[in-house]
Amino acid sequence: MSDNPTYEFALRMGDNSLVLGQSVSAWCGHAPILEEDIALANVALDLIGQTRMWLGLAGELEGKGRSADDLAFLRDARGFRNCLLVEQPNGDFGQTLMRQFLFDAWHHPMLKVLADTDDARIAEIAEKSVKEVSYHLDRSTDLIIRLGDGSDESHGRMQTALDGLWCYTGELYAADAIDEAVLTGGVRKIEEQYKDYTSKVIDEATLTIPETTFMHKGGKAGLHTEALGPLLADMQILQRSHPGAQW
Amino acid sequence: MYAQEVKSTGKGVKSLDEMEPIERAFQEKVNAGIKIEPKDWMPEGYRKTLIRQISQHAHSEIVGQLPEGAWITRAPTLERKAILIAKVQDEAGHGLYLYCAAETLGVSRDQMTEQLLSGKAKYSSIFNYPTLTWADIGAIGWLVDGAAIMNQVPLQRCSFGPYSRAMIRVCKEESFHQRQGYDIMMKLCNGTQAQQEMAQDALNRWWQPSLMMFGPSDAQSVHSAQSMAWKIKQDTNDELRQKFVDQTVPQAKYLGLCVPDPDLKWNEEKGGYDFGEIDWEEFFEVVAGNGPCNADRMAARRKAWSDGAWFRDGLMAHAHKKQTRNVAAE
Repeated sequence: MSDNPTYEFALRMGDNSLVLGQSVSAWCGHAPILEEDIALANVALDLIGQTRMWLGLAGELEGKGRSADDLAFLRDARGFRNCLLVEQPNGDFGQTLMRQFLFDAWHHPMLKVLADTDDARIAEIAEKSVKEVSYHLDRSTDLIIRLGDGSDESHGRMQTALDGLWCYTGELYAADAIDEAVLTGGVRKIEEQYKDYTSKVIDEATLTIPETTFMHKGGKAGLHTEALGPLLADMQILQRSHPGAQW
Repeated sequence: MYAQEVKSTGKGVKSLDEMEPIERAFQEKVNAGIKIEPKDWMPEGYRKTLIRQISQHAHSEIVGQLPEGAWITRAPTLERKAILIAKVQDEAGHGLYLYCAAETLGVSRDQMTEQLLSGKAKYSSIFNYPTLTWADIGAIGWLVDGAAIMNQVPLQRCSFGPYSRAMIRVCKEESFHQRQGYDIMMKLCNGTQAQQEMAQDALNRWWQPSLMMFGPSDAQSVHSAQSMAWKIKQDTNDELRQKFVDQTVPQAKYLGLCVPDPDLKWNEEKGGYDFGEIDWEEFFEVVAGNGPCNADRMAARRKAWSDGAWFRDGLMAHAHKKQTRNVAAE
């Protein structure tokens, strides 16, 4: 891990957007209805755009001449700093939506805090991103409520998705020294808002938060689940098989 | 093209004198370049031909998401990934406006979807070819979207208002698609040996299928004549194909690529290229369902639709619940 907390932090933000954007983009052409193909492509586009900003900043801060593309396409899984939640597989459409909701509900307050930080480079990226993420959160909240409180089948699928993914949410707000350094006083606020918001929406969706309090973690330190390797293998194939080529 | 096999009435074209007054008035409007709108009277054949053509066009956009979509996750840079997502998203958007345009003629999107999934409705043969390398994404943008533009520019002047207006918007986006495709090819052709070979290989595989996109020669079809009289179609398949070859060959030369046709030759007299015979047997096999990817494309669309049934039903169930609650609250 680098001793530059801002660099590490920018990598985390960029890797979250990249890994989630990568998975969401795979739905293009396969969603349950045309409007969802279009909406998910929008979300993926926003996330890839944010990735370019965060990883671009990380590359600058690192100072070794690595571009956003170098960081995205030429790091191995152990070098990735995304949280475990975003690398969980797409699963059925319910799992994809639940993963998105559980992430958006954290991403939004996080960006709000970042937009007010003293570091202008971070604040600028956060300012741009928060507008997009506010739409992501509205959309995923609305769908979680409608599908949770929908048919028996949609309710069942959303509950299964929540049961499977909830254990990855703790890592989002469990702050370490890097988060503390960048977010200063914002850490608690994000955790409180996350818990309040998710419990309110999950309740309105007539779903139940699992009783277990155990939470997985490791992503921020580069210890991932098995899902990340294949995702990166697919994403990095051309850069890896044609070293140095321009595209 | 995106609607290659559109059957119209199958009868010859009537002269104005043979028409009943109402049909004559309709034809005179068409001849005068006045747009036909959904609520206007129109011959049943005109309505049916348009429904077939617009829905085939829409289905082509929807199925067309698949071969390119398959490379989104493997796009080689973040910028290429973003561009490709935006492009495939545009295809979905085109599908959406086109389904809406067809709906104005009295057919629902669900009916059209059902026709696609049952295999009753066709879509462009081009999307039944596989995307094997990244260069195929370049070749599709350059050639397939290039051919689509060739066909769709005149469709902006189509006699049916909603289709014509949809095409105006679609054409703007298609020209961005073609540019991004050519840009991918440029990068590859100026790149490593392996990249150059990838580009040539893609042109070799996509050239003939792209020429087939314009559909069979007009001489073989009575449908074309009727569609032209109705101004659903403005140019013949052969005219458009010739225009496409004449535009594309110099672009291939600029890239340093070789067009895979030994009979390709500049014909000074006609001011265009002569080119080799197209393998129409292959074309009809692909249209009949025997192309390399027909089964996969249909399986992917059916899976998306059936896997998504619970999602659509869940949203409907929620809407009903909400309505019931609102009524109870009043």
